[in-house]
Amino acid sequence: MDGDRVAMNFSTRVGRQVLIAIPVLFLVIFFVWPVLSILRLGLAPEGALDLAPLLDVLNDATLWSVAWFTLWQAVLSTVITLVIALPGAYVLSRYRFRGRGLARALVTVPFVLPTVVVGAAFTSLGVSRSLTAILLAHVFFNYAIVVRTVGSLWSHIDDREQQAARVLGAGRVRTFVSITLPTLRPAIGAATAIVFLFCFTSFGVILILGGPGYATIETEIYRQTAQHLNLETAAVLSLFQLGAVIAALAVSNRMSGDRIALSTLRPADQNTLPVIGRRRIMLGVNLFVIALLIGLPMTQLVVRSFDGGLDGYRGLTRTTFGFAEPPISAVWTSLQYALIATVLAVFVGGSAAFALVRRRERAKGRLLNLLVMLPLGISAVTVGFGFLVTFDAAPFELRSSPAIIPIAHALIAIPFVVWLMVPVLTAINPRQREAAAVLGANPSRVWWEIDFPIGLRAALVAAGFAAAISLGEFGATLFIVRPDTVTLPVVIFRLLGRPGQEMYSQAMAASTLLMFLTAGSVLAIERLRSPHATVF
Amino acid sequence: MDSRTFIAASAIALFAMSCSSAPTNSKSVTLVTHDSFAISASVLKAFERESGIDVRVLKGGDAGEVLNQAILTKGTPLGDVLFGVDNTFLARALDANIFVPYKALGLDDLSPALHIDPTHRATPIDWGDVCINTDIAWFVKRGIDPPNNLTDLLDPRYRGLLVVENPATSSPGLAFLLATIAKADKHGWQNYWERLRDNDVLVVDGWEQAYNTEFSGSASKGSRPLVVSYATSPAAEVMFADPPITVAATGNIDTTCFRQIEMAGILKGAKHPKEARALIDFLVSEQFQKDVPTSMFVYPARSNTPLPEAFEQFAPPPTASSSLPPSEISANRDEWIERWTEIVLR
Repeated sequence: MDGDRVAMNFSTRVGRQVLIAIPVLFLVIFFVWPVLSILRLGLAPEGALDLAPLLDVLNDATLWSVAWFTLWQAVLSTVITLVIALPGAYVLSRYRFRGRGLARALVTVPFVLPTVVVGAAFTSLGVSRSLTAILLAHVFFNYAIVVRTVGSLWSHIDDREQQAARVLGAGRVRTFVSITLPTLRPAIGAATAIVFLFCFTSFGVILILGGPGYATIETEIYRQTAQHLNLETAAVLSLFQLGAVIAALAVSNRMSGDRIALSTLRPADQNTLPVIGRRRIMLGVNLFVIALLIGLPMTQLVVRSFDGGLDGYRGLTRTTFGFAEPPISAVWTSLQYALIATVLAVFVGGSAAFALVRRRERAKGRLLNLLVMLPLGISAVTVGFGFLVTFDAAPFELRSSPAIIPIAHALIAIPFVVWLMVPVLTAINPRQREAAAVLGANPSRVWWEIDFPIGLRAALVAAGFAAAISLGEFGATLFIVRPDTVTLPVVIFRLLGRPGQEMYSQAMAASTLLMFLTAGSVLAIERLRSPHATVF
Repeated sequence: MDSRTFIAASAIALFAMSCSSAPTNSKSVTLVTHDSFAISASVLKAFERESGIDVRVLKGGDAGEVLNQAILTKGTPLGDVLFGVDNTFLARALDANIFVPYKALGLDDLSPALHIDPTHRATPIDWGDVCINTDIAWFVKRGIDPPNNLTDLLDPRYRGLLVVENPATSSPGLAFLLATIAKADKHGWQNYWERLRDNDVLVVDGWEQAYNTEFSGSASKGSRPLVVSYATSPAAEVMFADPPITVAATGNIDTTCFRQIEMAGILKGAKHPKEARALIDFLVSEQFQKDVPTSMFVYPARSNTPLPEAFEQFAPPPTASSSLPPSEISANRDEWIERWTEIVLR
């Protein structure tokens, strides 16, 4: 296609290599290397590969029942999340109504809440220690992923094709299946993959909301590594998990398809629909679902934080026993980490996204794609313990440096940045580039005027998500040896670790603060406007 | 704010971060510890000023995780001193040989019963018992006497009242399992847990959930009036009550307690051995020991250290606690947890 050639000419060979080198270097140093180091310690402690433990573990019947449960609960959770969240993604990305931005920020909040806190909220609502609790919690946490990933593409889709199909006599369903769905396929594939990976490697939800009767591969890896230091078994389990994750990603890749749907993208702000007629019902139903599934548990926490009036909040400003500074100072620390992690994730992930849509060689593109996604599929404890045995000598004496925390956060945020940007970038109609070229723009001007602003817009949505991930991240941080710097989730965890009404009110107050901080950051980042954003 | 302002702001913040926290002393020491370690800022500052040594604190998870990290990094340790190895993990630490021996200044002032490592590689710093806490008001309201010992818990009167933590993931959970093993015998404990299970004991993943979510005596008003917690929890409930209270809301069942002794040691290959020794001396010193009860809610190892009033009144040190030799715990721990899991959870 001419448009593609124009675009290809723009980036010189060197430029392309740099775009690829950035994510590859980052991921190889901070992910592949530590993971391989810890796996090697488990599988080949003496230098030679020992396959005996591999066979032992694989012959264990418990492993297979744990693996089976891990798989089916993840599939079920993913399907339920998609069914509930896809209509939500549509409404929140296309309908024009007051408070839309707020609603979008609010559904992102669960994503950052510590599982202990959510567990308390669910339990007080009577949902706990059951499969239902696990499934509901997975929807609660992952709703935002679907809304963000799919909604980000949906908001740009030009309806004129659908309208044409309707005029030509296609029914609603047929139009949706043959026009809308194929266009959305890359984004739905991405959302499915991410939600599946999160549910497959779910840790806190299984332990806290499922209860001790439930076990997944992830919880077993945690037990074997962190509690028993049984690196052999942990390595075998990690390989097993890795295999499953790669298989799942391959399936999702296939689902997303290689076909690039040719749809004209429109600026999101010129693409909204007024809420009239049947749309009122659609909006009402979705807002009700959001209120029930996400709003109710969150309200519980806010209400709890006022149990002792304002005492919980006042307490946060005083230095309590066991804290070197007032807990409130953690807000600043959290924001600093979030800022660094976000910049890092958008830079590395953005390079990967632009590189991925530029790739001619499909095989290499798939490899890069896989590399970017893998951190979501590998146990945090494996990466954390990997850091310890890898970064113990110069020039990478990083294992106890504060820098390691935003790096770990970025590892988790990068896949989101990539998968939010790639579907939008691939969906750019080559004719838009051709038109620009015909109007006299040289190739670099075309990229600057068409690809870059669209990519930047998607990157901003991704940045909001990356900031949220960093603000609430606790799981991975837990397994990293870190200086005694206190982030907000750490404060919550510590306060909950103490008996006493005062501590509990403060923990709930800190959770409420974290929710507002997250919603605020997401809103603020999405308000950022690139100077080129509306030039389409 | 447009994106360029945002990027500029980020750069400034990055720069500000890299400039902060410049050390004031020329000497330094790194203390590796678990998430529950705490010390009053004034006490730490006083030590830094008097000794001329800056203390850097590194945290790496719970006690078990931190010990495993130390074993994994043996030879190139993360720091100089490790605090937080308890008697349930002591044998693992000593077998892995991660500590060098050191006889702390003032060692003789510590309670003799706490000296469980004759090689002096691990120095006792504090102790805290894991006990069943009761919600006093709950029992008064219903006119039932709270249980007196482990055997009482099997009584149908106390059916569905107890919440415990999973010993596979929780340190108090493991301590309570060890209490039942110490009180019964090698086989009796399995039978005991079968009956406890049949009496509807609730198992949750960790202390936070057991205490904050399920226990009726805590702030969140759960539904179970008996919980496996710490001997000092009743004191904390009074000290952190809101509004303030003067009578105890929760109490301990002394005969259900299991003793946990927390120790510190100098890591093999420490870069600052001299400062490490000074830090161990500080940990057993009067200044630090006095701070232990209110900072970490455990009892000081040093004999005759005054306890805060709330401790004396609501959480006097238990006298009937059980314990097991560290070597026996280490040798059987995995098997016990495995058996327990089969009996109670499967």
